Amino acid sequence: MFLHIRDSVLFFTLKSLSGISIVSLLFIIFYLVSESSMVLSKINLSHFIFDAGWYPIEGQFLLLPMIVGSLFITVGAMLLAIPVGIFTAILCQFYAPIWLSQTLQRIIEILSGIPSVVYGFWGVVVIVPVLASIQAPGTSLLAGIIVLTFIIMPGIVLIANNAFQEVDKMHIQNAITLGLSRYSIIRHIILPYAQRGLLSGTILQSGRAIGETLAVLMVCGNVVQFPGNIFEPVRTLTSNIALEMAYAMDEHRSALFLSGLILMLVVLTLILLAERIELSAKST
Amino acid sequence: MILLPSNHNLADKILKLVSWLCGSFVLLFFAFLFFDILLQGYERLNIEFIYSNPLNAGREGGIAPMLISTLLLLFLCLAIALPISMSCAIYLAEYTNENQWFSRFIRRSLSMLASVPSIVMGMFGYAFFVISLNLGFSILSGALTLAAMILPLLIRNIEDTLRNISNIHRLNATALGLSKFRTIFQILLPMSIQGIFLALILGIGRAMAETAALLYTSGYVTRMPDTVFDSGRSLSVHIFDLSMNVPGGEQSAYSSALVLVLLLLSINFFTHWIGRKIQVRSIT
Repeated sequence: MFLHIRDSVLFFTLKSLSGISIVSLLFIIFYLVSESSMVLSKINLSHFIFDAGWYPIEGQFLLLPMIVGSLFITVGAMLLAIPVGIFTAILCQFYAPIWLSQTLQRIIEILSGIPSVVYGFWGVVVIVPVLASIQAPGTSLLAGIIVLTFIIMPGIVLIANNAFQEVDKMHIQNAITLGLSRYSIIRHIILPYAQRGLLSGTILQSGRAIGETLAVLMVCGNVVQFPGNIFEPVRTLTSNIALEMAYAMDEHRSALFLSGLILMLVVLTLILLAERIELSAKST
Repeated sequence: MILLPSNHNLADKILKLVSWLCGSFVLLFFAFLFFDILLQGYERLNIEFIYSNPLNAGREGGIAPMLISTLLLLFLCLAIALPISMSCAIYLAEYTNENQWFSRFIRRSLSMLASVPSIVMGMFGYAFFVISLNLGFSILSGALTLAAMILPLLIRNIEDTLRNISNIHRLNATALGLSKFRTIFQILLPMSIQGIFLALILGIGRAMAETAALLYTSGYVTRMPDTVFDSGRSLSVHIFDLSMNVPGGEQSAYSSALVLVLLLLSINFFTHWIGRKIQVRSIT
């Protein structure tokens, strides 16, 4: 295949090392499946939805409140972060003077690099006391939604910025020549063209949001319950893992791995969805 | 950024107002977060805080062991991830095109690996490195887990750098009868050294911000680690522990958060500086 023996050696070294990424992904999935198979073989799936509560030591594995908690927090944060993020990107791209637009992009970039544990800590010392003064105990679904919103918002702005920049400049120039107003150009040319990029980007971002662990754990209060209103504490799937991994044994431990597997499946579905959307954007 | 014509119909004014509101909200939030951490954290931040051991569960004393653990984690993680990611990036960029099934398979696994929630990564690290490989709660287990996390980021960036090198150099090398081995090691890699460096720094930023994956792999012992087989608490885990498990630990948590944010800020400025240098070089 190659003239020099060195080349063949190099090729096969590179190729086999490239396989490591595949191997590690397979390992992750294998471990999640094999560790959770114990609880799956002993307990019917309906137990995770219909049991009396989450008392893993007594064999009660009600995962539903945690799934609902994860869902509420993620959806709430996305609902807040998407509009604010997209409008900020519109400001960046079309309304702000150049110096401000550059500063803003830079700040967003820095914000997206700040560790989520810092946001979580800040939530504990600033947001939770404010919420507690409205209605005790402060650590609540709402606190989680607020903190998660701040964590994912920079990502949404970056995604929207990229999506707007990828709109064909030709279309915009044509629209300007035709004398369309700024609002019409943004509303009827740029947004429809950027739609697919925005959609696939936000889907990926929601995958990151649902996987967020410690920041949410720090501000949510972690009571296993269906929240009656947004001021009540909740526990998410991720924080359940982080809280109980340390001492979980046997079926309990296996149930935690099962919740990890559920998270993984959700995130993988979201990725495939996002890829599908991007592909369909390319083909049209 | 394209300058759109400014005309002032009502819809345009409303859109302008809303996007300015959202943008200034983001700016204000950033200012509030940054100055809050700066002012509160500044009180306890001095040289002694950097080089002394924590006392009284971290309420007093400094963060020296956490800094050392963080550095060890980063160093090991990069030492593991860099050779693998360089091989994979070279393989993808120099030996494959997008239609081959193996390279498509690698790319697919990388995008999935990139989006594994960090707590799931932590569970996997706990089950595989800590228990199956019997490495225990150690900096090595943490670094291996982190390496798996930043692999996709490194590979994507290094591959982009390689693909951005003009094909003329490869053709010239082939015309001169250089072997593939020499082309890669004496022409392509030296040309992409800055890009590789940039990828490294991005990887450091990502790894340093990570918390959930480390909780159950490198552990949270506050002692100074002697070897990489000791457990060590990273700076981000320290912030988490101080704000969750140590009543009255807020002051130290603020200062640790300030140190972490300052480190990440300097990394951000550094990457921009290098990024600019690359641009300048590619123009000339």
